[in-house]
Amino acid sequence: MAKMATREAYGKALAVLVQERNDIFVLDADLSKSTKSADAQAVKPTRHFNMGIAEANMMGVAAGIATGGNTVFASSFAMFAVGRAFEQVRNSIAYPKLNVKICATHAGVTLGEDGASHQAIEDIALMRAVPNMRVIVPADDIETAQVIRAVADQKGPFYVRLGRAAVNTVHSDDYVFEVGKGKVLSSGKDIALVACGVMVEQALLAKEALKEHGLDVTIVNMATIKPLDKNLMVELAKTHKGIVTCEEHNVLGGLGGAVAEVLAQEHPTKMLMIGVNDTFGESGTPGALLKKYGLSAETITERVLAFSKTL
Amino acid sequence: MDKQQLSIIANNIRKHVLNMVYSANSGHIGGSFSGAELLSALYFKEANITKENAADLERDKFVLSKGHASPLLYGVLVEKGILPVEELTTFRKVDSRLQGHPSMSYIKGVDMSTGSLGQGISAAVGMALSYKAKELPYRVYTLVGDGEAQEGQVWEAAMAAAHYKLDNLCLMLDFNGLQIDGDITKVMNPNPLDKKFEAFGWHVIQIDGHDFDQIFKAFEEARNTKGQPTAIIATTVKGKGVDFMENNYAWHGVAPNQEQYEKAMAQLNEVKHG
Repeated sequence: MAKMATREAYGKALAVLVQERNDIFVLDADLSKSTKSADAQAVKPTRHFNMGIAEANMMGVAAGIATGGNTVFASSFAMFAVGRAFEQVRNSIAYPKLNVKICATHAGVTLGEDGASHQAIEDIALMRAVPNMRVIVPADDIETAQVIRAVADQKGPFYVRLGRAAVNTVHSDDYVFEVGKGKVLSSGKDIALVACGVMVEQALLAKEALKEHGLDVTIVNMATIKPLDKNLMVELAKTHKGIVTCEEHNVLGGLGGAVAEVLAQEHPTKMLMIGVNDTFGESGTPGALLKKYGLSAETITERVLAFSKTL
Repeated sequence: MDKQQLSIIANNIRKHVLNMVYSANSGHIGGSFSGAELLSALYFKEANITKENAADLERDKFVLSKGHASPLLYGVLVEKGILPVEELTTFRKVDSRLQGHPSMSYIKGVDMSTGSLGQGISAAVGMALSYKAKELPYRVYTLVGDGEAQEGQVWEAAMAAAHYKLDNLCLMLDFNGLQIDGDITKVMNPNPLDKKFEAFGWHVIQIDGHDFDQIFKAFEEARNTKGQPTAIIATTVKGKGVDFMENNYAWHGVAPNQEQYEKAMAQLNEVKHG
């Protein structure tokens, strides 16, 4: 099984795209070696611009470049791309529906040792609340490569959430990503686990453990948080006793919230939301933090078992 | 186009502004009046922006960074034939294309959606940067408020423009000295703006923003300046053209009543040109 961070896959995909297309511009805010946008700079320096440690201006510059019919990728850590520059993203990019792809890395607690000041756990909530913005959280290298190509091919703003830590490849080579479509990775019948990003692998691991406890669960990769795959969610709700969402994000306003909004209106179903429990993270290795903040396969297994007893 | 013709256009724009804000009972007259000569000269003499090329994605561009002066921009677009004059009565009303702050989604000819201060200048930098990267000959202009210069993003953008040697970027600073809460030096002094832009690596020109000869000369000097962006610090009068509005920050963002409207329009109707 390959092991690669989604940011690494982003850099590689972007480097291919900038060579293929002349309309693609790449911006970074002094983190290009970390976000991996530097891979694009290495192959096409005339289309990569470092904007320095000034994320607000970077987002406005991205908007300005996009007004000329260009496709712009703007990268930083999720904390700064979404947090520092939120209003620039809202007013200069999303409101005029400009063709900017915000590819933010180092999202969630698996950013690791830098600690809570750098661990964005609110970015999905913030971005999905903005009109015109679409939100995608790829799970591995195979999916990221397809996501980057898909957002480059579709006009308008996207927020792509990427991670720092290397993660195992969970998809096979024949996996096909489609914006707005969830993917059933493993069919079961009792409970459906709907996950995104690094949590897809944890959910798949939990499935094996749950099998030993006699629970047969479905695993879904819900990479597109917005627009959410409503049809799939309703179908899952109709065919399972309960729904569990798994995300490396605050339990407030993220994937769990998006799923609950749909099900509460379309097919009320008992849910368990697994995520960071409305608390700040801390320094540590990605693995230790996943465990401490209740995001590991072990915790998912325990919580799903307890949840199954309430159904 | 000569000074006399431009003076007529600037006066027409002021009448459009007054009509819009009176009709909407809402809007910003003071900071629209202060930029009337600058934008008349820009749209009718300096920049190549026309009804025919308005929808082009790549051409000379203008970004109204001080987006609350939207009546000024709409007035210009009417004079250019890009907006029909009848539409001005829809300003700030529901279902209108003429939003309180300009939206590029509705009007080809509004080159950037602005209104949140400090953001337009960054978009202008992006436009100029992309033209440089693609070796296109177009120029980018932006009008920034002096109060707006209190926003940190203005200086992030100023740094980036000089860093990338954007000599195709020309910033006009509408230096009218007033903001909503009063005198800019009392609210939060952004001065000296000339020295700040110079320190950030810009070529700086200081002019009277109501004097066409000085405006023409500044645009020419900006065009001939290579290797750095140009900031034209244009000293202006907020509310210029109507005596009881001039230099009075109370007219930043309020609409006139009927009596004030009639008095103001009478003054604009009496303006002699040339």
